[in-house]
Amino acid sequence: MSNVLVLVDHTDGQVRKTTAELLTIARRLGDPVAVFVGDGVQDALPALGQYGATKVVALTNPELTQFLVAPKAEALQQVAAKVEPAAILISSNAEGKEIAARLAVKLESGLITDAVDVQEGAVTTQSVFAGNYTVQAKVTHGTPIITVKPNAATPEAAETSPEVEEFDVTISDAAKTARITDSKPREATGRPELTEAAIIVSGGRGTGGDFGPVEAFADSLGAAVGASRAAVDSGWYPHAYQVGQTGKTVSPQLYVAAGISGAIQHRAGMQTSKTIVAVNKDEEAPIFELVDFGVVGDLHKVLPAATEEVIKRKS
Amino acid sequence: MKIVVCAKFVPDATADRRFRPEDNTVDRAGVDGLLSELDEYAVETALTVKEAAGDPGDTVVTVLTVGPEQAADAVKKGLQMGADAGVHVLDDAIHGSDAVATSLILAKALAKLEADLVVFGMGSTDGSMGVVPAMVSERLGLPAVTLGSDVTVDGQTVRIRRDGDTASDTIEGTLPLVLSVSDQANEPRYPSFKGIMAAKKKPVETWSLADLELSADQVGGSAAWTEVVEVTARPPRTAGTIVTDDDSGPAGSGAHQLVEFLSTNKFL
Repeated sequence: MSNVLVLVDHTDGQVRKTTAELLTIARRLGDPVAVFVGDGVQDALPALGQYGATKVVALTNPELTQFLVAPKAEALQQVAAKVEPAAILISSNAEGKEIAARLAVKLESGLITDAVDVQEGAVTTQSVFAGNYTVQAKVTHGTPIITVKPNAATPEAAETSPEVEEFDVTISDAAKTARITDSKPREATGRPELTEAAIIVSGGRGTGGDFGPVEAFADSLGAAVGASRAAVDSGWYPHAYQVGQTGKTVSPQLYVAAGISGAIQHRAGMQTSKTIVAVNKDEEAPIFELVDFGVVGDLHKVLPAATEEVIKRKS
Repeated sequence: MKIVVCAKFVPDATADRRFRPEDNTVDRAGVDGLLSELDEYAVETALTVKEAAGDPGDTVVTVLTVGPEQAADAVKKGLQMGADAGVHVLDDAIHGSDAVATSLILAKALAKLEADLVVFGMGSTDGSMGVVPAMVSERLGLPAVTLGSDVTVDGQTVRIRRDGDTASDTIEGTLPLVLSVSDQANEPRYPSFKGIMAAKKKPVETWSLADLELSADQVGGSAAWTEVVEVTARPPRTAGTIVTDDDSGPAGSGAHQLVEFLSTNKFL
């Protein structure tokens, strides 16, 4: 079988769930070869083997992480030249998309971003125009380069014991031009990552700036917290948690919109969620057109009461 | 300094956006279009950089677009906001170009314009791939500092703050470079009446592929490296249950019914 490159998404060797999803998808297309950039490959090895990586290519050149994406794209180009993969799969986040973009130009290959599914023959599915259309596409030239969104597949274990191969790459001076001079880690919230969460509870204008009830309800469900653009623009919640066209696009099992009217800007980011629930004072709010279950009521009253009942039932 | 803002003309997100059945490309003619909202932040960034320059008269802000005839509206909006000049790359052969081909056209035009600072929005509101800035940077061999939420130009150094998923990074590069800005970067200005009148007198050039030394077979649908196999309109969501929270006891309690729903659907 042919090789399929998977760029590993990790923090100091802690492999993210998206990588397990990519490896699962890669197995539909060929033998997954994981490309690991940075330190901690030994820590990552068990997780990579669990999801079927047949080989792990480790790139430890420090220049790969001191600069923005350009060196990583060069490195992947060199790995691809050796491995001759049938496809290259990368996580669909800001960095992943830029690496993929550069790689597409370098390898003269077609690029598909934001796939929510990839099937045999590297046929992808994307959700476009605020989730109003589903598009199936394929790459017709070069090596298919596909960036895949979180939750595109359910990780399926397929135990292997991959060998680690150190791979030495050469980084050109031209790629060392956008330098990361400072990095402040985001404070951990203890909640699941927004784009990866199975359940999300989001607050909007209707919170009046008080996200307490939204966070408490989220915590009772083990959910991530999101926010509408109106709430973010008002300075009530950080931009990193914005769901919508200019924020994160999410597709969880359950999405709870509290005090969010459901403007197109927001719908673009959550319309493909499996189940949608809304709490809003305004019975005319467009969000109610999308819901599986809606409560017309004050979130400041409904959410705390619901939180209490969830906690009671779970205990 | 020559600042060029790459602006995209997109179908209005609040309109009924659709695909052309004959070739599965975005219908750009049958749906009202406008300057992609996210590119307004790029125009604003360019104008702010110009205004902060020692001698703003030495800095020229050009709005560059690639698109069909109506895309001239995107250039016009940029000029009304305060940009100095416009370039519209217009050629029938461009229809159906994918992101890779679009980046080729933009890169050629940017080279011809001898841009020192290229500014993009974070993505378009139609395709929303967000990959063109990186591709243009790759083609021109220029540094790219992308997704800036805060931008400072200090002499030859461009510094941005990028708020990522796990960290907030400071990133810098040296001019000439490619910059993209997020919707957190600024508050785009509205065109003033004076700006709207002045825009009518500003120079706009229309370039063909030949002007960029590109041939028709390098771009367009036939040169695209990706193919849309199928387009399906998402079926409308079936109407859900909507209850009204009242004080009539547990049966009327919105919270109780909500938790019942979550429990029945195994979310607890």
